[in-house]
Formats: sequence, C-alpha cells, structure tokens
Amino acid sequence: MVVRGAAHVVGHHIDTDVIIPARYLVTAEPAALAAHVFEDLDPSLRARLAPGDVLVAGENFGQGSSREHAPIAIKAAGIAAVVAISFARIFYRNAFNVGLPLLECREAHAGVREGDVLEVDFAAGTIRNITRGGALYQGQPIPAFMQRLVDAGGIVPYVRAQLGSR
Amino acid sequence: MGLTITEKILAAHAGVPSVRPGEIIDCRVDFVFANDITAPLAIQEFEKMGVARVFDPDRVAFVLDHYVPNKDIASANQCKITREFVRRHALPHFYDIGRAGIAHVLLAEEGFVGPGDVFIGADSHTCNHGALGAFATGVGSSDLAAAMALGRLWLRVPETVRYEFRGRLRPWVTGKDLILAVIGRIGVDGARYGAMEFAGETLRDLTMDERFSITNMAIEAGAKNGIMEPDERTLEWITPRARRPFTVVRSDPDAAYADVRTIDAGALEPVVAAPASPGNVVPVREAAGVRVDQCFIGTCTNGRIEDLRTAARILAGRTVHRDTRLLVIPATPAIYRQAMAEGLIQIFLEAGAAVSTSTCGPCIGGHMGVLAEGEVCVSTSSRNFVGRMGHKTAQVYLANAAVAAATAVTGHLTHPADVMGALVGA
Ligand code: SF4
Repeated sequence: MVVRGAAHVVGHHIDTDVIIPARYLVTAEPAALAAHVFEDLDPSLRARLAPGDVLVAGENFGQGSSREHAPIAIKAAGIAAVVAISFARIFYRNAFNVGLPLLECREAHAGVREGDVLEVDFAAGTIRNITRGGALYQGQPIPAFMQRLVDAGGIVPYVRAQLGSR
Repeated sequence: MGLTITEKILAAHAGVPSVRPGEIIDCRVDFVFANDITAPLAIQEFEKMGVARVFDPDRVAFVLDHYVPNKDIASANQCKITREFVRRHALPHFYDIGRAGIAHVLLAEEGFVGPGDVFIGADSHTCNHGALGAFATGVGSSDLAAAMALGRLWLRVPETVRYEFRGRLRPWVTGKDLILAVIGRIGVDGARYGAMEFAGETLRDLTMDERFSITNMAIEAGAKNGIMEPDERTLEWITPRARRPFTVVRSDPDAAYADVRTIDAGALEPVVAAPASPGNVVPVREAAGVRVDQCFIGTCTNGRIEDLRTAARILAGRTVHRDTRLLVIPATPAIYRQAMAEGLIQIFLEAGAAVSTSTCGPCIGGHMGVLAEGEVCVSTSSRNFVGRMGHKTAQVYLANAAVAAATAVTGHLTHPADVMGALVGA
C-alpha cells in the first residue's frame, strides 16, 4: 500500500487528550469527533487537513487514554497515514483496528516540513519526500502479524475468521 | 533461563510452557470490562462480528463511571446503548450509577480479578490490577469487542524492567510519590510496550491502596502492564473478595529482565507532576507557593479509603481556603460508606469541601468540576495533559492526597508538614 499526501508535522508525546478532548467523547460518530481533532493542540490544524494527508509525529504518539475515538477522529479528518518516531501501544493497536495505517520511522520527523508532499510505502517501510528532491527516510515495515490483520481487513473480519475456524 | 511473573502468567494463558519478549501470543483472558465511554464502540464492533453471545457472561462487566449521572443528552444516549445491551444479553455484572464506582477500584473490590489472572479492560488504567499479581492491561474498544467475542486476545509479550524500592518512606510520602518519582526519572515513554515489575522492601509496608496507585500509573510511563508479586498482605486482601480460584505466581530467581533499577525510596520527599506531563516531576517544596483554584481528591489512582483518611487527618478542625475549592470523590460506594462510618465525610463537609457521588468526576474534564481558562488545580489523578481537566490553559499538578488536602487549606501548593507540623508523621 502506498499513500501520497501533504505532511502535517506535530511534536513529541502527543497524547489522546489533545487528539480528541474527553469533553467530546459523548458520541462515537466519526465526523462529530473529527470536527474537534487537535483542537487543544493547534486550533487551526483541523482546517488545514485534506483527504489523503499524512501526519508526521515525534516520539510516543498517542500516549494516554485508550479511547479509540482518537484514531477514529484522525482518520475521519482525512489523514491517510501517521508516521512517527514511536507510538504508544494502545494507540498503535487501535489505529490498525480502525483502519488507520501507522509507520514507525526515526528519520522522517526531523526531515519533513509542514506541507511537504510525501509518499509512504508501507510494504517497504519507506517515506519519500517529493518536495525535498525525493529524500528517502527508512522506517520499519509493518510487523508481519499486523500486516496479516490489515490483510484480513481489520479486527472484525479477523475475529469472524477465528470464530469460523473453531 | 527463568521467567518473570508477567511471562509466566502469559505463558499459562497461551497454553505454552514458555514465552519470550517480542513474541506474539494468542492468549486466554479471565475477565474483560468496558466503561460508558468505551462500551458503545465495543458493542458496535461486537455486533459487526456476527457473534450471538459474549464468550462467558460471568466474565464480562460494564461499569458506567465517567459521564454519570448523565451530564447531557448525548452522554445519556451513550449510556443507553450499554444499558440496553446488558439487558438484551442478560449480563449479570453491570454497574450503573448508585451501585457503580470507578471501574478499576470497583472491580478489584468486588473480587473480579485475582493473582495470576489475565484481565483486559477498555480503559488505559486497567494496569491498576497488577498490584494483585495479575497481568492487567488496557485496550481500545475493538480489541475489547474481540475479547468479548473470543475470550482471547492477541498480545505481544513485553520485556520486563524490575524496579526495586529500598528504604522506609518519610512522613507524607506515599505510593503515589514512588510512581511519580519513577516516571519523572524514566519519562512518559520510559517503559513503552514493556512490563514494569515493582518490588523491594519498601512495598512490604505499603497498604494495598497505596500499591494500587503505583501499578495504576504504569501506563503513564507507556507500559503495557505494571505488576507486583503477591505477598501475605495481597492474599489477606484478595482472599475474602475473590470470586474465582486464583494462582499465586512469582518471578523465577533467574528471570531475564531487560533491566533492574533500584530506587532509594527512603530519600524521597512528596512530589508533584507539574503541568502538563506526568513526567514533569519535582519535589513539592520546589513548586510550593503556586496559587491554586481547585483541589481534587479522588480517581482510580487516589480515591481509596487510605487517601480519604489521610486527607481527613489534615482537614480535621481546618477549613478550605476561601479562594480555593475542594472536591472529594470516594472512588466507590463501598469506600463512600466506609468514609461515612469513620466520620471522614463529616470532616470534609465541615471543612467546606464538596463531596460527590462515586465517579471519575473532573478527572477527564467532562463534568463535575471542569477548570476555567488559566485556573490551577492540584489533583490526585494520573494525567495533567493540556486540556485534560478543562480549558487548555488550565494547569494541573498531580499529587498525593495529603498534598491536595494541605493545599486546599492554604490555597497554595503546600507540603503537608507545613500545615501539620514537621514532627507529625504520616
Ligand atoms: S478516574 Fe480518571 S484515570 Fe481513572 S478511569 Fe476515571 S477518568 Fe480514567
């Protein structure tokens, strides 16, 4: 899978409270959640997101609460992939479960600037920065087990298959 | 090479003799739960899975603890989804307002989790239960739905770091200060994906209440689980409560740890995590003097009876400062009743505190004490991220219950000894 889109760069340790504040967790409706995504981090960010864009983050993206509303809000705001130096573990699982692909990469965060056009290749684990002369950042390909979950179509079909094989 | 307590519990539940860090296992789960925020999504995903029943109705709980009594129509509608699901599936372990408390405190108190269990909750602070010698971890709603359907969950075996606490705690230093001190040292991702195993002589003297506040905050270092080997005090606490037989598991003497770190707990002073990260830890004395608008004593971290006793000792015969508000929320109805029986609620009310029904309260900034622009709060909770308890410019200091109570009396961030006199011990 390859995703091509404009980058939006955020910092380290972005927590789920600033991704989607709990005061909005009175619904699980993706569009309603997306309306407030990153509101407390940067009130202007939401308006700059376009379908297919790529979020580039630092260390420990998605730390904190287990709210699956966080990756749902990011995805519903149009983000097609998140690239980070590292991810918090519950967010990592949740993102794949809701169909928001993640890529771990040490180098991209330092090299990418807001608005750069990126090409994220999940199978190869690479990010190409089209804006900056095709600079290539090597990340971690999705682990084999997560890839099987993605190939199965997510956690729901995965569970259906497990139940079927009993 | 031997195994850690975490590895042993996971191996037993995966039905294999041994596991190694990094391995992905398919693991049997002993108990699962969701709360009023995570359950509606879990139910939605569960229904898509095309399964008629939960894997075992006796091993599933739903606890409405965040936005109850329902704060608005939207949250009422969310709770209604869970209430109707529970009725439709005739699930026996359902806790609604009046009988509900904060899930982590309530489910342990009710004996749903015991030593050796694998306990999965759709709430990040599920790691709380590791104090009982269980493997407990938080997941999102879809994973919870999968566990509800299958009675199993895939897990990556975490590498374990052992934290050994040495020495006796000084007055007014609590389990909360131990875990904050550790997070301050290793950072908010210092244990990312890993298991934190807490051990050492200092823990022996701690009540279960204090131990829970340590494992509760393992997630604030990014850990998958926090865990302690059961001792006599653990067994004394769990035996009369446990609903199922349990297995005491301990780490092998030759277990392979990613690291072993020693903390000189006897040298610690009460600390706070200053805004806006649980890793931003400084001694109370260094932050002392900050003017405070609200103090909050409660939550799954520090809303237990020990916390209320400590707070009451400071508040007895004193009053909350006129420019400060104090909110006290016992974590469960049982703790509330116990606090009433011991006269603690009377002390809080006479001091001018507001005492609310057992819920998460203002911990996630949804209701029951939301902070205004620029306000400062000293809270016994576990997170002080931007916007966590209200407006994004509000500032939250995380502290133990004694610091929160002393601060409520003076109106500014205060070391408890400065209210109680240096010689009166905790
Ligand atoms: S008290 Fe706070 S941290 Fe604990 S479960 Fe409730 S909202 Fe989460």
